[in-house]
Amino acid sequence: MNWHSILNGTLRALVGREAIIYSLAAIGLNVHFGYTGLLNFGQVGFMAIGAYGVAISVTTWDVPLIVGVLIGVGAAVCLALLLGIPTLRLRADYLAIVTIAASEIFRFMMSAPSWRDVTGGSDGLTGFAGDFFDANPIPGGDYGFGPWHYSARDLWILSVGWVAVLLAVLLVRMLMHSPWGRIVKAIREDEDAVRSLGKNVYSYKMQSLVLGGVIGAVGGMFWMITQASITPGSFSTIPTFYAYAALILGGMARVWGPVVGAMIFWALLAFTQGILDEAVANDLIPSSIMDSNQAGNVRFILVGIGLVLLMVYRPQGIFGDRREIALGER
Amino acid sequence: MRRLVVALVAASAVGMALAPGAGAQAPGGTPTTAAPPGATPTTAATGEAPAEDALIVSGNLRYEQDDEAQTVEGATVTVESADGEFSESVESDADGRFEVPVPGPGTYTITLDEETLPEDVGLRNERPSLDVRVREGRANTPVLFPLGFGDDVGRNVSSTLDRFLRLTVQGLRFGLIIAMCAIGLSLIFGTTRLTNFSHGELVTFGALMAYLFNVTFGWHILIAAPLAILVATLVGSAFDRFFWRPLRNRGTGLIAMLVISIGVGIAVRYTYNLQFGGFNRAYRQYSLQTEGLELGPVTIVPRDLFGMVLSILVLVGVALFLQRTRTGKAMRAVADNRDLAESSGVDVDRVINLVWAAGAGLAALGGILQGLSEQVSWQMGFQLLLLMFAGVTLGGLGTAYGALVGSMVVGMVVEVSTLVIPSEFKTVTALFILILILLVRPQGILGQAERVG
Repeated sequence: MNWHSILNGTLRALVGREAIIYSLAAIGLNVHFGYTGLLNFGQVGFMAIGAYGVAISVTTWDVPLIVGVLIGVGAAVCLALLLGIPTLRLRADYLAIVTIAASEIFRFMMSAPSWRDVTGGSDGLTGFAGDFFDANPIPGGDYGFGPWHYSARDLWILSVGWVAVLLAVLLVRMLMHSPWGRIVKAIREDEDAVRSLGKNVYSYKMQSLVLGGVIGAVGGMFWMITQASITPGSFSTIPTFYAYAALILGGMARVWGPVVGAMIFWALLAFTQGILDEAVANDLIPSSIMDSNQAGNVRFILVGIGLVLLMVYRPQGIFGDRREIALGER
Repeated sequence: MRRLVVALVAASAVGMALAPGAGAQAPGGTPTTAAPPGATPTTAATGEAPAEDALIVSGNLRYEQDDEAQTVEGATVTVESADGEFSESVESDADGRFEVPVPGPGTYTITLDEETLPEDVGLRNERPSLDVRVREGRANTPVLFPLGFGDDVGRNVSSTLDRFLRLTVQGLRFGLIIAMCAIGLSLIFGTTRLTNFSHGELVTFGALMAYLFNVTFGWHILIAAPLAILVATLVGSAFDRFFWRPLRNRGTGLIAMLVISIGVGIAVRYTYNLQFGGFNRAYRQYSLQTEGLELGPVTIVPRDLFGMVLSILVLVGVALFLQRTRTGKAMRAVADNRDLAESSGVDVDRVINLVWAAGAGLAALGGILQGLSEQVSWQMGFQLLLLMFAGVTLGGLGTAYGALVGSMVVGMVVEVSTLVIPSEFKTVTALFILILILLVRPQGILGQAERVG
């Protein structure tokens, strides 16, 4: 067992690209679920529509990347309205069902051969991220210390990503300390009470759905721009549940909860993956039980079990306050 | 409950034995039922090596006349690029072959001039224009024009009414399967208010257990299927007794339970993947039926007909059970008003346990039927789950009959919609119907109007 490389991988994952992507996705979910109580199980749909908004507009219409990003944000807003209008007046589980269905259907549509010319079908699209890497002001070389050594390209990716996370956190923090934030939190606790105060609950829920969806879409854009290609296969239902796991791990209705959760979540994944890979490679686990492909499945299984255990024994997460997010009583 | 299980097992055993021609297994056929017997592709593209670096579009124009291969000479084929800048026409040679060099990668429209074909020869799919994508690194892009002689022409394209009828039957079959899987989902929701996102895994469980008994142990599917249903029923019951009931007793909230069911779903699904592998596999019996029974304009393989009859029998049985028996009444009572039922002396925990067991058994049966018609895969249940949700929501969350009606509608819509839209978008229609229903009648077709906001 090469503990050094396992530990290195874990520490790098703590601040890596995935931690950024899932921080953003989980911050969006925190707005939806943690603060407003909206059960959005299609966060990956927002990520996908944002990312495809960028990719398609840049490759099809040759617009600059920044315009593409705006189009992606606009697409995410439209998706939120489309999903919210029929469901936000209804009980929470209707939104859950419709969002998960919408995200899957968006994925089917993007991989459909009929629209191949625009979407690239199941092969996806490339060549839309040039502007992002051209804008890199960092001169070439090796930066960092300890386990964190990055090329100029990686450093650019990580800095942009963490700045985006920071902005999102500050935005959520500001909103949640405003009257708007108090109203959405009150909606989470007791919708009827808020309604009786003369507030338009439907409109507030919709604003929350749009805001969280856009933050998720930014996460999706960051994901696909930094890997410089996009495939519909990335947007299965799994990222949504990863984001939920990260959110619940860190603590819901906490400004920093989703960020810390995503960092720990990816560090844990990298750690278990490292151990499993090493164990399989060194024949500590007989290949009749598990080969290196199957080790990938084990990590999904662990995430599933982890999600269950967290919800059963510590629904408030690491930093959450049980009194504020009284999930157990709902 | 014991009575229901016995009834289910008996129904499946009797039904399977009675199914006409169910034992006939066509050797060496393809599992597709839509292809007319004896139709062979008459135009095949060959992958001959072209000149270096040049990209070509090519194909062979051939057809079968009295079981003998014939070639078409002198038919005109036109290749046009998507932007219209490139256009070239060629005539097929004595071997029926045509080759058109194209300037570069991109999308091209290939048109076969039907006027230039010999008399009585025509396209079997009535699509003389095809779009192909020429890619770099693939020198020869083959194009296929399926030609036929005489009666073969247009045979693949039946009238809209025929297609509608065929798709309706397919939709009925699919809807019945969804309904069977969804009744459990709806009843579990009705009795416990749990939106169970791991219900799809119960469907897969049934199909996989039947696969284990059928293929790994080598038992006949008629033995394997009832056994698998029995095991699924027991597992469903145990799942409730040792997992969900303790959670309910701890006072775990509904939304927390919902997230827990998702976690369970992920863990179980990838365990299937780990054990079963990522491939689609077929049962040993009945998977290769091609000899269809002709019922008017509709051709259906005995397997699917039998599946539909069995589904209807089981669903009627479930309805009678819910309507007539004490336990069935108790189930509906708990779904309707749990506290009132409890105070009237209904053993709520026992009823919920029975609902789980019956729901798991029905889901397993649905999974096995789906596995017979399509194939068994590790995520078949999860793929059905969204359609189940659509059906259940459509019919009214929590009602057994609503789940039935809603699922039938969803199955029909999904299949019949392929008349007008490409089949890859068929599930999209189900979502749009769902959204539409939520807009105009949020309680579902059979749900009671109540304030759900």
